[in-house]
Amino acid sequence: MSATDTPKRSMRTPLGRVRNLGAAHSGTSDFWRQRITGVAMTLLMIPVLVIIMMLLGRNQVGAAQILSSIPVAVILLLFILACAWHMKIGMQVVIEDYVHNEKLKLSAIMLNNFFSVAVALASTYAILKLSSGV
Amino acid sequence: MQVYRWTLTMALSIVHRATGIALYVGTLLLVWWLIAAASGPAAYAHVQAFTGSIIGRLIVFGYTWALMHHMLSGIRHFVWDLGYGFKANEREALTWGALIGGIALTVLIWIIAYAIGGGR
Repeated sequence: MSATDTPKRSMRTPLGRVRNLGAAHSGTSDFWRQRITGVAMTLLMIPVLVIIMMLLGRNQVGAAQILSSIPVAVILLLFILACAWHMKIGMQVVIEDYVHNEKLKLSAIMLNNFFSVAVALASTYAILKLSSGV
Repeated sequence: MQVYRWTLTMALSIVHRATGIALYVGTLLLVWWLIAAASGPAAYAHVQAFTGSIIGRLIVFGYTWALMHHMLSGIRHFVWDLGYGFKANEREALTWGALIGGIALTVLIWIIAYAIGGGR
């Protein structure tokens, strides 16, 4: 039920009436996830930078060896999943702010979802493949 | 928009978005690199040839700055989310901190990278 067809006399509280009616129709959950993933990436930043430093100047054999170690793989997986989620929400906010044509907006949001999921999945697949040593 | 006096915090708000969009596009480089590492020596050598080139280094340097700036600017937003730092001088200090800190961290990271032999 949307806010417009709510009768004037109602048991619903004002908060209950507007909940989930933001631009994305998903309430504040995206706001909260954006913060969780942001904090996660900030905490993971130093380990991720250390991993990248370890990889510098190495050829594929050396890099694959480091990337296949369990702590390295887990840290990178956590970072990339947080990153993909964070950037999906961030780009959606940008789209909702600047794209006002409804069809164009929905198409852009859809493409944004495709791109973010593809980034997450491709990276995850690559890391798991390196870890399994195939 | 034109009726507002242009302030540092407004400009940095735009920069936060711009760096976010740049990081979004830049994940393609991250994916390319990881898939190449999983594919084999030839594919990985292609990535290294690109990141080792002048253009490649400029892009990765820019990416490092975008990441560091976006992170510090994001921490600034966390401070505001928690309800602190809204006084005029505090807003300015946080914003300058993100701006200068982002550049300083980027330079520091690249100095370390070159020092441990990543510049080869």
